[in-house]
Amino acid sequence: MENPTLEWVIDEKIPMLEVKELTTKYITRFHENVYAVDHVSLKVEAGKSLGIAGESGCGKSTLALSLMGYYFPPLHYTSGEIIIDGRNITGMDPDDVRKSILGTEIAYIPQSAMNALNPTQKVINFIEDVVQAHDPLKTKKEIYDLARSSFETLGLPAQVLQKYPVELSGGMKQRTVIAVAVILCPKVLIADEPSSALDVTSQKMVIKMLKELMKSGFIKSMIFITHELPLLYNVTDEIMVMYAGQVVEKAAAADAVFDPLHPYAKGLMGSIIVPESGLRSTKLVAIPGVPPNLKCPPPGCRFADRCKYVMPECRVTMVALREVKGGRAYRCIIPERELREIYSKEAYDTSVFAR
Amino acid sequence: MLSEANVCLATRGLTKVFGAGRLKCVAVDHVDMDLCEGGVVSIVGESGSGKTTLAKMLLGLINPTEGEIYFQGKKRDISTQKKKQEYWKGIQAIFQDPYCSYNIFRKIDAVLLDCIHMRGGRKLPRARKTEMMEEACSFVNLKFEELTNKYPFELSGGQMQRLMIARVFLLKPKILVADEPTSMIDACSRATILDMLMQLRNEIGMTVIFITHDIGLAYYVSDVVYIMEHGKFVENGCADDVILHPKAPYTRRLISDVPKIHEVWDLSTV
Repeated sequence: MENPTLEWVIDEKIPMLEVKELTTKYITRFHENVYAVDHVSLKVEAGKSLGIAGESGCGKSTLALSLMGYYFPPLHYTSGEIIIDGRNITGMDPDDVRKSILGTEIAYIPQSAMNALNPTQKVINFIEDVVQAHDPLKTKKEIYDLARSSFETLGLPAQVLQKYPVELSGGMKQRTVIAVAVILCPKVLIADEPSSALDVTSQKMVIKMLKELMKSGFIKSMIFITHELPLLYNVTDEIMVMYAGQVVEKAAAADAVFDPLHPYAKGLMGSIIVPESGLRSTKLVAIPGVPPNLKCPPPGCRFADRCKYVMPECRVTMVALREVKGGRAYRCIIPERELREIYSKEAYDTSVFAR
Repeated sequence: MLSEANVCLATRGLTKVFGAGRLKCVAVDHVDMDLCEGGVVSIVGESGSGKTTLAKMLLGLINPTEGEIYFQGKKRDISTQKKKQEYWKGIQAIFQDPYCSYNIFRKIDAVLLDCIHMRGGRKLPRARKTEMMEEACSFVNLKFEELTNKYPFELSGGQMQRLMIARVFLLKPKILVADEPTSMIDACSRATILDMLMQLRNEIGMTVIFITHDIGLAYYVSDVVYIMEHGKFVENGCADDVILHPKAPYTRRLISDVPKIHEVWDLSTV
C-alpha cells in the first residue's frame, strides 16, 4: 500500500462504527409506533465499506438517519448503542451531537443531495457555514484555502466554489455535496443512494470519487445504501440485506451476490440487470407482493407471506439471525445445508419472453 | 410515402433546435429511424443527448424544427386538435416521473374511464365499463375495488407506474413510447414493471420505443438498439451486436460506465 493512512488502517482493524441492537421507531399522528429499524447490529472496520440493500420501505434510509444519533420527530430512539471509534454517542444531547459528532465523526449524504445546496448562496458560503459551525474562529481566508485544497484533491475545479448551484450540472452538484460533507474528514461516511438520480457516466464519477476518498484517507470507513446490486457489489466489501426493518442477510459482497442464503436476498439477486452476455437468456424474477405494514408486523418471519419456501412454523416463531461459517449470518428457520439443497434442486427458469 | 409495409413509424431528417444565435442548441440533429411493427426499440444515451426531445416530437407534444414523421406509411398531420387526438389513439406514452403524470384532481376511476371513452366506448353500459376497468387493473396486479375512490397521489410510485400500464392496456395503441419508465423505481419493482410491459406488448402486439440511459436495461428488453450522442445516432442494430460487440467509441464508453458483476468494472476510464 503506497498510502500511509491506509496501511495504518489495515493493520489495526479498529471498528470505526459499531452498532449494537439499535431500535428506533416513528410515532405517527395517531400515536402508533412504527419500528422501522428493529434490533440492527453492525460493525464497520476502518478501511472497509458496508453496503445496505433492500427494496423501498425496508428501513434503509431510516437506519442511516438513526446511525447518526441525531433524532428529530417523528423519529425516536428506543434502545441500543452506537459507538463511533470507541466513543458511545447514545443518549447524547441533540445539540452536542450536532456540534461534536455530525461532520467531524460521521457525515451523511442524503438521497436528494442535489437539492441540499442553498440556491441563493454560492458554494463557498455554504462551506463557510459548515466549517464555522464547528470552529467559529476560522477566518474566511482559511476556509477558502481548505475548501480549495480539498476540492483539488477530489478532482473538482476550484471555480465551482464561486458558483451558484443552478450553474452546476446534476453530477457536479452531487460531487460538490460529497466534497462538502467530507471537508472536516469524518470517520464514517453514510452515502444514501448518492447516484440514483444520475446517469451512468456521472454515477461512475461519483463512485470513483467515493473510492478515492477512502484511499486518500479523507474518510476511514463508509456505509453505502442503494437498491442497485451490481453497484453495491462493485463498491463495498460487505453487504447487508434489510427487509421490513430487520437484517435478513449479512455476507461478504461476492457471497451475497452469487450465493445468497435468505430467500429474500435470493429474490433480490433475481432482479439484477447488467449488460453482459447471458442476460437475455435469463428471465428477471420479481418477488410478488409488498413488504408488511410495520405498524403491526407479523409475529413470525416477516417475509413469510412472500416466501416460496414458507412452512407453517414460519408464521408463528420469531426467527433469530443465524450465524454461519465464513462470517455470514441470515434470518431463516431453514438450516444452511437444507437451503442450499432446495436452491440446487430448483430448476433454473431459463424461459425467455416470447420475442 | 414510404414503401415498406411493416414500418409503422419513420422519421426523415428530424431536427429540433432550441434558442437562436449564441444560445442556439441543436437537441436532435437530422435523425432518420424506421420502426418495424411489433418490435421493441431502445434509444440509449446519457442525459442531454436528446432522447426525450425526440420522444416528445414523436408524440406530437412539441413541433420539429425540420424534417418529417411518417405514421403508418402516411405523413403525419396533427395541425388541428381533433387530428392530434386521433393521432394519440395510435401512440401513447409512459413517462419517467409517475408522480407528475396524473391530473391530481381526478380520481383513478376517472383516469381509466377516460381511456375507455377515448377508444369510443362512451355509450357502453356502465357494468361493461367497470368490467373493462377491473380487467385492466387485474392485468397489472392492482385491485380495482381498492382504487375506485382514491387519488393517484395515494398510491406508491410503483403502483402509479403500473396504473399507467393499465391505461395503455385499455387504450391499446399501435405504438408505446416508454420514456425511462423504471428510473424512479427500485430494482425489485423494476422487474415487475418490465415483465408487465413485455407481456402487454405480446398481448396487444404494439411497438414499444423504450428510452433509457441504462444500457443493461436496453439490452434486456429490446430487439433493436439505437445509441444517441448529441442529438445524432452513432450506432444502431440488433441488440446482441450493438451491446456485445460495440463499434462506436461512445457505445463502448456507455457500456464501460455500467457496473457489472461478472466482469471487472474499470473505474479509471472516467
